[in-house]
Amino acid sequence: MRFAVRVDVTHLPGVLDPQGATVERSLPALGYDNVADVSIAKTIRLVLDAPSPDAARKQVDDMCERLLANPVIERYTVEIEPRDGGSVSDTP
Amino acid sequence: MSARVGVVVFPGTNCELDVVWAVEHLGGEAELLWHGDESVHGVDAVVVPGGFAHGDYLRTGAIARFSPVMNAVAEHAASGGVVLGICNGFQVLTEAGLLPGALQKNAGLAFVCDTVTLEQLRDEDRVILRYVDNPNGSIDDIAGITSPAGNVVGLMPHPERASDLLLGSDDGVVLLQSLLAAAADRAAARV
Repeated sequence: MRFAVRVDVTHLPGVLDPQGATVERSLPALGYDNVADVSIAKTIRLVLDAPSPDAARKQVDDMCERLLANPVIERYTVEIEPRDGGSVSDTP
Repeated sequence: MSARVGVVVFPGTNCELDVVWAVEHLGGEAELLWHGDESVHGVDAVVVPGGFAHGDYLRTGAIARFSPVMNAVAEHAASGGVVLGICNGFQVLTEAGLLPGALQKNAGLAFVCDTVTLEQLRDEDRVILRYVDNPNGSIDDIAGITSPAGNVVGLMPHPERASDLLLGSDDGVVLLQSLLAAAADRAAARV
């Protein structure tokens, strides 16, 4: 089965987010002085070929723990949806 | 016999030649170790220098830790060899698990770790360097830490950039000399 995977990697609470802070400081200059709590995160999308949703989820969790996120400073959420079409290995 | 120091080069590393210069300036021998190498070429100490390994893509140090040379660096460390990570190299060592904690984004880059690890670092006297004027907001003014055995060290300041008065400071010399002394000990033990 083929799955479309979306991983969102965000900062753990308390970890500095200088990009978010800079954007938050910049928006009032454009007149948006009603903005708070800006944070900037990463979205990683990938397509995965796996025998079952559980297997896909397990593999993505593994990828997150080993590479996609650093559990010391980041947390992640995973969304997995079945996707039509052939297997990943079939794509050119 | 002078000590041989291996300086790891990833794509995007940019401080390797400064480290080589500083090591040779202090009487050591230096050799560049390419990230694809599967050994550290029998050097007596390893420096992981600063720069932007693998473009800092995904997360600083995240890709570099999977380089073949990092397995060899880990083996070198496990056998008691000295490893020094500077700035980006420090971040590679934390990603590789050779040092605890992580570096978070900041105005500069700041060291963070969970409270338990932090207390452990303090209790075991493993915070080896603190900022006098903290430039980046690192927790507890930490600028450098060591592994439990003391042979793996990571720090954010660049000692090679403070290795001669012509550069404005030679405060980094004491640290690099310590690295060379440890390397010389290892070289002597090898014979």
